[in-house]
Amino acid sequence: MEVVQMQRRFAEYTASLFREGFLDAQFTQLQQLQDETNPDFVEEVVSLFFEDSEKLVNNLAKTLDQQNFDYKKVDALVHQLKGSSASIGAQRVKNVCVAFRQFCEDQNVEACLGCLQQVKQECFLVKNKLETLFRMEQQIVAAGGSIPVMEYN
Amino acid sequence: MYQIPADPHDRAGTCKILPTKRGIKADFARTNSDLLSGSVQNQVFSLFQLILRFEHQSQFVELKFAVGNRRCRCYVTTEIFTIFQLGAGLMMECNCIEPQWAGDDLLMKYQYISDFFIALAYFSIPLELIYFVKKSAVFPYRWVLVQFGAFIVLCGATHLINLWTFNVHTRTVAVVMTTAKVLTAVVSCATALMLVHIIPDLLSVKTRELFLKNKAAELDREMGLIRTQEETGRHVRMLTHEIRSTLDRHTILKTTLVELGRTLALEECALWMPTRTGLELQLSYTLRHQNPVGFTVPIQLPVVNQVFSSNRAVKISPNCPVARLRPLAGKYMPGEVVAVRVPLLHLSNFQINDWPELSTKRYALMVLMLPSDSARQWHVHELELVEVVADQVAVALSHAAILEESMRARDLLMEQNVALDLARREAETAIRARNDFLAVMNHEMRTPMHAIIALSSLLQETELTTEQRLMVETILKSGNLLATLINDVLDLSRLEDGSFQLELGTFNLHAVFREVFNLIKPIASVKKLPVSLNLAPDLPEYVVGDEKRLMQTILNVVGNAVKFSKEGSISITAFIAKSESLRDSRTPDIFPIPSDNHFYLRVQVKDLGLGVNPQDVPKLFTKFADNQLLATRNSSGSGLGLAICKRFVNLMEGDIWIESEGLGKGCTAIFIVKLGYPDCSSDPKLQSLPKVSTIIRQTSFPGLKVLIMDENGVSRMVTKGLLMHLGCNVTAVGSRDECLHLVSQKHKVVFLDVPLTGTDGFEIAIRVREKFAKRHDRPLIVALTGNSDRITMENCLRVGLDGVILKPVSVDRMRSLVSELLERRVLFEGQ
Repeated sequence: MEVVQMQRRFAEYTASLFREGFLDAQFTQLQQLQDETNPDFVEEVVSLFFEDSEKLVNNLAKTLDQQNFDYKKVDALVHQLKGSSASIGAQRVKNVCVAFRQFCEDQNVEACLGCLQQVKQECFLVKNKLETLFRMEQQIVAAGGSIPVMEYN
Repeated sequence: MYQIPADPHDRAGTCKILPTKRGIKADFARTNSDLLSGSVQNQVFSLFQLILRFEHQSQFVELKFAVGNRRCRCYVTTEIFTIFQLGAGLMMECNCIEPQWAGDDLLMKYQYISDFFIALAYFSIPLELIYFVKKSAVFPYRWVLVQFGAFIVLCGATHLINLWTFNVHTRTVAVVMTTAKVLTAVVSCATALMLVHIIPDLLSVKTRELFLKNKAAELDREMGLIRTQEETGRHVRMLTHEIRSTLDRHTILKTTLVELGRTLALEECALWMPTRTGLELQLSYTLRHQNPVGFTVPIQLPVVNQVFSSNRAVKISPNCPVARLRPLAGKYMPGEVVAVRVPLLHLSNFQINDWPELSTKRYALMVLMLPSDSARQWHVHELELVEVVADQVAVALSHAAILEESMRARDLLMEQNVALDLARREAETAIRARNDFLAVMNHEMRTPMHAIIALSSLLQETELTTEQRLMVETILKSGNLLATLINDVLDLSRLEDGSFQLELGTFNLHAVFREVFNLIKPIASVKKLPVSLNLAPDLPEYVVGDEKRLMQTILNVVGNAVKFSKEGSISITAFIAKSESLRDSRTPDIFPIPSDNHFYLRVQVKDLGLGVNPQDVPKLFTKFADNQLLATRNSSGSGLGLAICKRFVNLMEGDIWIESEGLGKGCTAIFIVKLGYPDCSSDPKLQSLPKVSTIIRQTSFPGLKVLIMDENGVSRMVTKGLLMHLGCNVTAVGSRDECLHLVSQKHKVVFLDVPLTGTDGFEIAIRVREKFAKRHDRPLIVALTGNSDRITMENCLRVGLDGVILKPVSVDRMRSLVSELLERRVLFEGQ
């Protein structure tokens, strides 16, 4: 495949991610932080997020399995997840976390469980998306092209 | 032929009488009388010359007749005489009783002469007639004239012919005479008949002539009337023109009198004006006298009332007081006098619909006198003229009055203008002088102030003992206060000018309060007065307003509270003023209506100090008022502070007042000001930054040593990357202990990404702060947080954080925030 074509595809895909709300401006900021001194910055951060989120989700599942769980603990976990997702710009994950926290405050078990499922799903989705994105990037770089810089308002 | 004896006494002669055509011929033959012999033979005698004598006793008729101057007589028998009579056609009167022969010749003579003259006249009349008729072109009855002429001529002829019939005459003469008579008769009858027709015509001509003459006379009369009227009109026009050609009152009146006098050929003309009191008429103008002496007559005279009650010219008696202008000199018959009223109109009476119904009762009296001894009468047209003139004079006078008024008003206005101009210029000069003075004084005062402040702050930097430090701080603080005072004075002067304008900008409201609090705490703590600051949770962090002036106001108010309290506590509360709370504002004319763009901040400073007498409260805000009650031995208020505060508060569309129960019961100073919400967009990248900052943003901070504390690995990494991108030397720690362990004064900024709910986050901040006692050495502590509610902010303030940054944060934003943080050493972002 031609580099230009690949780049175009990459741009379209990135745009679609933003459009569908998987990513927000924070992700762009991350991209901006990547430079010669820090070439793999974004990838590192994203993989760190995936590890972190997996751990957190597991923890959450375990906690919520208990009969009388501590809402504060759940809240703290969700808070962490929210912070992480916000940091990399995983918008949908973050939104779910916000709702999750609200339900924790309300002490709504049903809703919490539902949110948990949602969180899992969102994480899974965004993970896939980002993996695809990185693969595309690698392809472009291997083909000798440069990653187009996106401008998103 | 009859033979008659020539002389009865002479029987011997005989006279043969022969009637001829021309008379009788007496043929005397053989007569003894020498008189008759030979000379009268065969002569014919007219019968006219026959003088008859009749003798009774005889049968003879003596015929006496004259031939020339010869007389002769002869006797004829009576039979012969009768024949003679018939033949001659002459009916002679027979004086058979008394023959009047003595007067024969005289009578005849007279008859002869008369006849002659009659004939002459009769002949000359037609000649005259013809002559004059020929001369005059118009004579319609020529035929009549001819007839008449013929009649006259014939009569004349008849009379002429009669001349020949006095004596014996021949038959021809008789025939001629008869013819003439016949003709005369015919003609005269014809003439008489004709005249019957002609004379009525002639008479009617006469009547027509008479009629025409009457008509002509009438037309003449009317012509005369019209002419006089036209004259009058012309006079009026001329008079009016003269009167109205000037707007000067005196000229108008004088001209009126002069022109009237000339037009009507008056002897005297006078004008009486009502006096100011309105009770008298004063002689103001006369025609002949140049300077009339001030005669006055009371206005209630009957003659005056009579004239004033009618708008016509009224004839008055020459002996009434208004008409008696000159002393009666000699015997003269004063001419007729007429008086007319002249209405004097006032400006306020002048209404179009009212004219000439006048509501004013002020009249002047004009008196006109005909020349004495002239037997002139006042004609109707002259009276009309006078009335018209009087009206015109009234109008002209009112115009003059109007003009006078407007001239006076204009003069007044001009004077006022000049005075105002002068006053304005003086005021401007005064203001300029004051401003110059203030400017100079300010400059002069500021220069030493600057030295004091600068040097004391420098001194502060050096190594000093605690005591010395305290002293230097006091000096600095006092210097600052003095500088503030100087600024106050300048501000006040600018405030009074109205040239003062607020410097609006976005600023951190909480920071202002905090600063005031920090400034006032040392002083309050010296006096052992606890100070508390309560900011309402819904008070926005960032507002639009004049930060400097607001701080000045708060500082002033709080400072007063501290100054005038010896004991007790000071509490400062600030919250958004709701409409209910605004109702108890002392100045009800402020109706603050909060809107989306602005809100009203209400600040209450309550102290339990000396208090103020409620009656003195208004005085507090007047500048330089002597507040004896508030003076303590420590205070040295200039008295300007509260006045300036009031001005600022007013400029911020608010109000300030003080409530106090009384002396010794403390007082509460309350003020409300209007502040605006800064506008912002939903994009966190476009956070509104304080606009007053004129710092050039640093693009990178090389070597800036910072410490990040974040328990979340991901975000820790992100933040680290962010700061590294900005060139900072970043140390990232994941736990609090590590943070406390690693933090040192080399770090300029410590970023704490900790949950700020609860007290955990703050605890670490407090502990970090406690690690560094000295203010200027310790790093700035900045919290990174996701929520920006009031409680968090308040807590941050309370704990003493230097800044709060809202997550998420972009590179650019971080850059500017950090640079601002470094510059201002405080950073509180709003929503």
